[in-house]
Amino acid sequence: MATIQLRQVEKLFGEFQAVKPMDLTIQSGEFVVLLGPSGCGKTTTLRMISGLETVTHGDIYLDDRLVTWLHPSERDIAFVFQFFALYPHMSVRQNIVFPLQAVGASRETIERRLSEVVDLLRIAHLLPLKPGKLSGGDKQRVALARALVRRPAAFLMDEPLGALDAEFRESMRAEIKQLHIEQEATTVYVTHDQVEAMAMGDRIVVMSDAEIQQVGTPAEVYYDPANLFVAQFIGSPGMNLAPGTVAGDLLSLPGGNNYRIAPEWQETLSNTQNGAADVLLGFRPEAAEIHVAGELSGEVYATELHGAYKMLHVSLQEEHDVVHIRSDRQADYPIGAGVRFDLKPDMVRFFNPHTEAALLAKRPPPVSRREVVFT
Amino acid sequence: MSTEAKSHVSETARPAVGGLRSSRRALSDRAIINIFIWPTLALLIAINVFPLFYSLYLSFTDYSAIANQAPVWIAFDNFARILASEQMWSVFATTGQYVLFSVVLQLLLGFGLALLAREKFFGSGIVTTLILAPMMLSPVVVGLFWKLMYNPTFGYFNYLLGFDNPALAPDWLASRIAGQPTPGLALLAVIIVDVWMWTPFVMLLILSGLKAIPDYLYEAAAIDRASSWFQFWRITLPQVAPLVLIAVLFRTIEAFNKSFDLVMGMTGGGPGDQTEVVAVNLYRQAFLGQWQTGRASALAYMVLIIIIAISNIYIRNLNKMRNQS
Ligand SMILES: Nc1ncnc2c1ncn2[C@@H]1O[C@H](COP(=O)(O)OP(=O)(O)OP(=O)(O)O)[C@@H](O)[C@H]1O
Ligand SMILES: [Mg+2]
Repeated sequence: MATIQLRQVEKLFGEFQAVKPMDLTIQSGEFVVLLGPSGCGKTTTLRMISGLETVTHGDIYLDDRLVTWLHPSERDIAFVFQFFALYPHMSVRQNIVFPLQAVGASRETIERRLSEVVDLLRIAHLLPLKPGKLSGGDKQRVALARALVRRPAAFLMDEPLGALDAEFRESMRAEIKQLHIEQEATTVYVTHDQVEAMAMGDRIVVMSDAEIQQVGTPAEVYYDPANLFVAQFIGSPGMNLAPGTVAGDLLSLPGGNNYRIAPEWQETLSNTQNGAADVLLGFRPEAAEIHVAGELSGEVYATELHGAYKMLHVSLQEEHDVVHIRSDRQADYPIGAGVRFDLKPDMVRFFNPHTEAALLAKRPPPVSRREVVFT
Repeated sequence: MSTEAKSHVSETARPAVGGLRSSRRALSDRAIINIFIWPTLALLIAINVFPLFYSLYLSFTDYSAIANQAPVWIAFDNFARILASEQMWSVFATTGQYVLFSVVLQLLLGFGLALLAREKFFGSGIVTTLILAPMMLSPVVVGLFWKLMYNPTFGYFNYLLGFDNPALAPDWLASRIAGQPTPGLALLAVIIVDVWMWTPFVMLLILSGLKAIPDYLYEAAAIDRASSWFQFWRITLPQVAPLVLIAVLFRTIEAFNKSFDLVMGMTGGGPGDQTEVVAVNLYRQAFLGQWQTGRASALAYMVLIIIIAISNIYIRNLNKMRNQS
């Protein structure tokens, strides 16, 4: 298994900058997810790592080997395409052994590896079929088998579940993750689905506008987003953001709300005063606790039952500044009713509205929060 | 037709609109259909269907179109005589050689050219267009034009091959080298011209097949570490195979029939009967000498049967290939 390093890797299509200079190191055996909205350059990044796309500037290393200008076949990486890219005129069996035959592997090796991956993915019954006869999930299994059979140094997967039905995606997700755990293979996985990214990634690389916004564990990007983009992109709904003005140790929020700033934030926030609405208060829906004597108040704007819990849309001020609050499934909130709530102090974040960057507390919030909560 | 149909519908839906509109639409759809279909049908029957069946009838008779005699029914005699004639077998053999060599050469060259034309290079568009030029010429013109090219005294062909003394150079169409009879040379000359003329057609068909192969297959193959050679055998060839078969089918049929113009234009079947392919022989029997219309019809039907048989084999293979992928 290999480490993958990108150093100032950039891609231009003519004048258009598809990937801005990017630095990224992926450890051996790590499962890294490239996550971002459509068109942000995820596929291009992956294709540059594979060698299917040339880089415009910068260098790519596999382990310590400089591979920037090597042909894909010389990089020892496997690529799983979004639309499978199976060879339509070959049977499943021929598809899977193709990479071995291409390098002239011996007949015994081919048979042995074939039976290994076929057992691993439970696709023995598909071997004589042509890809055209397979369901989406089976096609994906065959594509995975074709990648696995080679035992490459790294796997690159471009939205491998993008073409599958929702119910299938979940089980295939677990299957791929399981394969990764068994094989301990360095994997770079592209998706625009944040749930998938959270569920699968050891680390997530959040991309937008052709550049990296944040690199971190799922918990880090969820609880400590580096900027407004990550805060809103991760989570459904994204992080609640309310504009506020700092006055001493109080933050005045819309609707006449005043939030008492925790001591560790006071110094950071007092340095940012440069006009009205000079800070954005951010919190996840589950960071709010509804309480009759809550510090903040708003009016129920809408409610949604999400099965295990109820999501309240609460407007801080006359149908504006709506925030999402997670509440008890059974609680009943008529629309228009007033609610009061507190924020868990360790789950409150602040952002600079001008630079859009997250502000840092004087000392890191003293919390243990390994489990990720998302919907 | 479709706009006509639409306006028809909308106007029947609004019948109350004044007389001007309806008089403008004097022709109903049905009338238009009749106007187009009946003349076509009449023409088809007159020049295709009727001769087809009439010649089938004639093939079982002794009949000459210039003799003032009614056809005499002789059942299968024409067919039996053709099959028994040694000269006819030699004509079939010549035709077989002609078809085999020209189709194989066209296929190899056409495939090669298609692989080259697939690559984008500076001026690739204009080069591809130029390559297609021979195909667009009339075979008679091509025949005459190559007759000049092959001319032993002033033709360019020998000159390009490096012969500078006409006395020692091959006289292609007369099947002689330096005055010595060299059988096969004239047939080769005709095959060369057929290849020159029809390779572009094969190239065009195969090129369209090559362009239809999705890029991602080659990307997957590059990732799978397949060499160019391996990619060619395992991806390119199987993917264009159906079009190769179609090209072969077309060229085989055409080489049987349409060789006529080219051969007549260049050698008239000579020297002797060295380039006498079936199409030329057929013409000779039908329209020269005694005008053996009955026998020529029989021969024509035999060619038809051969072509149908060959086409069937190809089409079966084509379907098999389709089912596989
Ligand atoms: N070959 C190309 N030529 C020109 N522009 C390209 C090319 N390939 C990609 N682009 C552009 O580069 C940008 C990034 O594309 P890329 O495919 O990497 O996005 P992505 O993040 O994978 O998006 P998606 O989620 O839609 O797959 C897009 O704006 C795209 O239009
Ligand atoms: Mg993409």
